[in-house]
Amino acid sequence: MRVKLIAFGLGVLALIVLPFPLSDFHTVQLATVGAYFIAILGLDVLTGNSGQISLGHGAFMAVGGYTTAILMSDHGVRDLWTIPIAALVAGAIGVLVGIPALRLSGFYLALATFGIAVVLPTILKKFDGLTGGSTGITLFGKPTQTGHGFQVTILGRHLTNNEWLYALTWTIGVVLFVVVWLLLDSRFGRSLRAVRDSELAAAASGVNRSTYKVAAFGVSAAFAGVGGSLLAINVAYVSPDTFPIQLSLYLLVGAVVGFYGSIWGAIIGALLIQFLPDLVHQVPHIDSKQAGPTTFFFGAVLIVLMLLLPFLLRLGALLTNRGYSRAQ
Amino acid sequence: MANFIQQVVSGLASGGIYGSLALALVLIHRSTGVLNFAQGELATLSAFICWSLIDHGWAFWPAFGATIVLSFLGGAAIQQTLIRPIQDGPVLGVVILTIGLLIAVNGLMTWIWGGAGKQFAGPFSTAPINVGGVAFSKQDIGVIVISLVSVLLIWLLFARTKLGLGLRAAAVNPAEARLTGVRVPMMLAVGWGLAAVLGAVAGVLAAPSLFLEPNMMQTVLLYAFAAAVLGGMDSPIGAVIGGLVLGVLLNLVGTYVHWVGGELRLAVALAVILGVLIVRPAGLFGHTAVRRV
Repeated sequence: MRVKLIAFGLGVLALIVLPFPLSDFHTVQLATVGAYFIAILGLDVLTGNSGQISLGHGAFMAVGGYTTAILMSDHGVRDLWTIPIAALVAGAIGVLVGIPALRLSGFYLALATFGIAVVLPTILKKFDGLTGGSTGITLFGKPTQTGHGFQVTILGRHLTNNEWLYALTWTIGVVLFVVVWLLLDSRFGRSLRAVRDSELAAAASGVNRSTYKVAAFGVSAAFAGVGGSLLAINVAYVSPDTFPIQLSLYLLVGAVVGFYGSIWGAIIGALLIQFLPDLVHQVPHIDSKQAGPTTFFFGAVLIVLMLLLPFLLRLGALLTNRGYSRAQ
Repeated sequence: MANFIQQVVSGLASGGIYGSLALALVLIHRSTGVLNFAQGELATLSAFICWSLIDHGWAFWPAFGATIVLSFLGGAAIQQTLIRPIQDGPVLGVVILTIGLLIAVNGLMTWIWGGAGKQFAGPFSTAPINVGGVAFSKQDIGVIVISLVSVLLIWLLFARTKLGLGLRAAAVNPAEARLTGVRVPMMLAVGWGLAAVLGAVAGVLAAPSLFLEPNMMQTVLLYAFAAAVLGGMDSPIGAVIGGLVLGVLLNLVGTYVHWVGGELRLAVALAVILGVLIVRPAGLFGHTAVRRV
């Protein structure tokens, strides 16, 4: 526990210091990392702890992002205040998905959520009166955008727009991290893991499995909604292409990279989603205008990690000298 | 009325493609209990291989034959190298691995062949033939016939050959199959190989009517899932009938329900998946899995 507190303290310190040596461009990149981080935290709650897979978390991000965009552009709500609303809307939709998901186990759930992520862009295009269709909604320069209608000052210093985005995203990111941490350490988290490891045993111990599984879906989707909302605020634009099926799949890669769904690893996953393209383009002979190599390496990373999983579990069991139940 | 028949005919043609890919999914699901999310991308890869051979001056049929052989070997190799090490672990692990495969193969194809759509000249003419006001092409007929023939071949293989018996035994009870001398790991590899062959057939059939590009089968995969779920995940004949029914249904809904139109066909497929899974999880022809607790 003490190790974790120290790690947490160092992490927060690093987040505060980081923008100073970095350029404005890198600062806003890190803000985007924060949006992915929050969405992956949500996926960790769902897949890592309640054992329900979602290949459609990009869709919940889209719900959050579009909620923010529509409120900002059509209803004059300031970007900041759209974030909790985005969380509520995405969370409510998460609960609606979670209820039929109770009847779907394992890969049927993977299939259904995959379907949602594939279908969502077509639905966004269909209801173009609300969503702007394929063109999407531009938020840049809207009076509701912080930095245009409002000026942010911290300790007498005006923040640049990108600094503000970074501060906003990571403040929310750290707060939500603590929320997840406490949540998973509570009765709620223990019940989720009990249901994950054995529904039968959990039910026999008086855990209402349906309530917990649906609640996990709701919480997880709400997190993704916040992530999507922040992504929309960061890039000041949403369109169906902001939330393609690839985003959902990359979030899963991110969650797996982060120590197979540990909330501490979410940061690694989020960094990977943002910076793997840059990394791949460093490799000689790879054309940096090509999308293919990056996609290939995303998949390769996931395959290698899944192949390593049995060894890592065995290693973990050896090191800690106890059985490791998460594999079951 | 002519329009109605027209929609049914072209629905059957797309349904044949969905059915072939659905059959591939069902084969792997039956023999290993895994849903292969990479099946669509593997089918596209096969189509690209066929296209490359033709591009290098091969005639269609030799190129198609070579593609079938390569796809079989490739499918078996993937099972042996990637799936086998973790197949005894949690099912979700294998599913996530196939998702990795989906992403990697998609990236690889974009890397090699680029993202632009390619014209793929199939063996059948796409020029319309007019019969009593209903227009269809040789391509449409070819797709329906080839998908039905491949189902028949798969059925014969499973029901009438010793290899098929071994495949079924390995799927139903690996432990006892091993005791009676069935080489179970070999059977699983053959299962993946056969699925890759069906995928190749679907990919090559689909390529002339769609443009050949790395994402070609992504939506088709969802239709194939819907077809497989509708027919029952463990029923090969169900997968094909599911595919044909879905193809016709999507066309009719797209034509006669104006609110759906062409754009929401994917949503209809998703509704079919969710509806069947919730109301009748075994599908039309599947068997209800009984779980011992």
